[in-house]
Amino acid sequence: MADDAVIDAPPHDADEIGGARRRDFINVAAVSAAGVGALAVLLPLISQMSPSADVLADSTTEVDLSGIQAGQGIVAVYRSQPLFVRRLMPREIAEAEAVPISTLRDPETLEQRTKSGKTEWLITMGVCTHLGCVPQGIVSTQNRGEFGGYFCPCHGSQYDTAARIRKGPAPKNLVVPDYVFKTDTAIKVG
Amino acid sequence: MSFPWANHYKPSHPFMVYLDEKLPLPRFVYNAIGAGYPVPRNLNYMWNFGVLAGFCLLLQIVTGVVLAMHYAANSGIAFDSVEHIMRDVNYGWLLRYAHANGASAFFAVVYIHIFRGFFYGSYKPPREMIWLLGVAIFLLMMATAFMGYVLPWGQMSYWGAQVITGLFSAIPIVGNGLHTWLLGGFAPVDATLNRFYALHFLLPFVILGMIILHIWSLHIPGSSNPTGVEVKSESDTVPFHPYYTAKDGFGLGCFLVVYCLMMFYAPNALGHPDNYIPANPMQTPAHIVPEWYFWPFYAILRAFTQDFFMIPAKLMGVLAMFSSILVWFFLPWLDRSPVRSGHYRPLHRKFFWVLVADVVLLGWCGGSPAEEPYVMISQLAAVYYFVHFLIVLPIVSSIEKPEPLPFSITESVLGKDDQAALAGAPASA
Repeated sequence: MADDAVIDAPPHDADEIGGARRRDFINVAAVSAAGVGALAVLLPLISQMSPSADVLADSTTEVDLSGIQAGQGIVAVYRSQPLFVRRLMPREIAEAEAVPISTLRDPETLEQRTKSGKTEWLITMGVCTHLGCVPQGIVSTQNRGEFGGYFCPCHGSQYDTAARIRKGPAPKNLVVPDYVFKTDTAIKVG
Repeated sequence: MSFPWANHYKPSHPFMVYLDEKLPLPRFVYNAIGAGYPVPRNLNYMWNFGVLAGFCLLLQIVTGVVLAMHYAANSGIAFDSVEHIMRDVNYGWLLRYAHANGASAFFAVVYIHIFRGFFYGSYKPPREMIWLLGVAIFLLMMATAFMGYVLPWGQMSYWGAQVITGLFSAIPIVGNGLHTWLLGGFAPVDATLNRFYALHFLLPFVILGMIILHIWSLHIPGSSNPTGVEVKSESDTVPFHPYYTAKDGFGLGCFLVVYCLMMFYAPNALGHPDNYIPANPMQTPAHIVPEWYFWPFYAILRAFTQDFFMIPAKLMGVLAMFSSILVWFFLPWLDRSPVRSGHYRPLHRKFFWVLVADVVLLGWCGGSPAEEPYVMISQLAAVYYFVHFLIVLPIVSSIEKPEPLPFSITESVLGKDDQAALAGAPASA
């Protein structure tokens, strides 16, 4: 009985600061510290899912352009994905330049998508911006769709001769990766 | 909880008495799926599919764990390790075919289980929590099945992984980063295969846990039944064991006959031949299709070819595909009819079959190439799918005049219920 009386007694004045007891403070502090700790533990658990250093290190590709004639194209590999390197014919360049920019879903000119003075070299990822299939059309015997560029067989997206999306579900033009001309006949991608 | 007339567990053997004191697991089983669980006496074979789904999960776990002892989750040798299972491992062909066809069987029985719920209004209160858990289980099943299909690292595996993870890149702003994070690379790579393997091993056990919750919540109101009339008295029920253990056992036997016919005589009928070609990141198969059980949802994904309300077509397709399942979560509140069973709901019953036809049509389109007329049909069928749940169901449930319900389950079975006479209720004879 005597012990109960002690426990039930109101806390000593020295324990109270603005109505909060010392125990409340310890509670909040402990839960906060545990919460911050839990968040800190989440960081490595989430971050480990991102591309690892070896995947990131393997991220530049050099392509020799010397053997590619106008109208031809090759598929190179960049970051484990196909890279379309296509040398446009004058007719294809003219077709791409004739399209009014305002009619495009993802408005870009051929000049913006190629290097200046190298308009004939159309270098894009061979990855449909819809759900990532490899479009057909890098080889002229494949289906190039209505616009003479690329045609994705998965869901029917069609790209023009500047690899711009013209029809179908894809939201964006085929991605132009970062690249530089090292010489007139060699590029470095990435 | 159970009905007051439920049988009580009475261990007779001294060891069982001892065990009951220390760890009442036999009592738990007795009350869950034994003679201690009173079940409506009028359940038809549509009520067999929950047990079958549980059986399929166990089948997948057992065959999956043994396959895991021979499979190598490395993009360089995964394909070869599957061929090794098929050719070199003792009974490896049997185990792999059992697992691959087991996935199809699992989805087949779960689809029947879900559509049973649609027809009989099983999702209605007081059973809405069972339904919500069930939809969550279905989503987990879809994730598990998708990741399992990636593991053989064939062409369909690889490009399926590319397309399905590509769905997440449709999300504005964070999409591309999320896509790379999910894959652990810029395209499906070794890291992708490894994480899918780890999750494919983990998720079935999460599903198992969810199923325990699903059954737990089922045992609070007790099983529904084909009349949709709640249990009123002891004469409405029979003990689960031996009545439904026997009936489910017979159903399981019939199921196994069909399953074994598929597994032994047409083991690749539901698969795609392209998945026997090793994954090639440089070449997309001309016609990417998921497994048959995803076709209806895949058709909805592909139905959006034009931007819509300022939302890009790609994002719209992804939203629609996820919504097509998420809408099931709202079903208990979209269907406002006080009557549960389709047997007494003349309009609901008709629209149920329209929905079945619509989903089959979507499935047919989803398995076909992305060209006309399939695209147009997918679009119309996808619109109807959402119209059914969001417009038809609420309207039908408020304008429909239900047919008279039997007084009780007993009356529906025997044609009369003495208690109905006592209660002064008109016998529907």
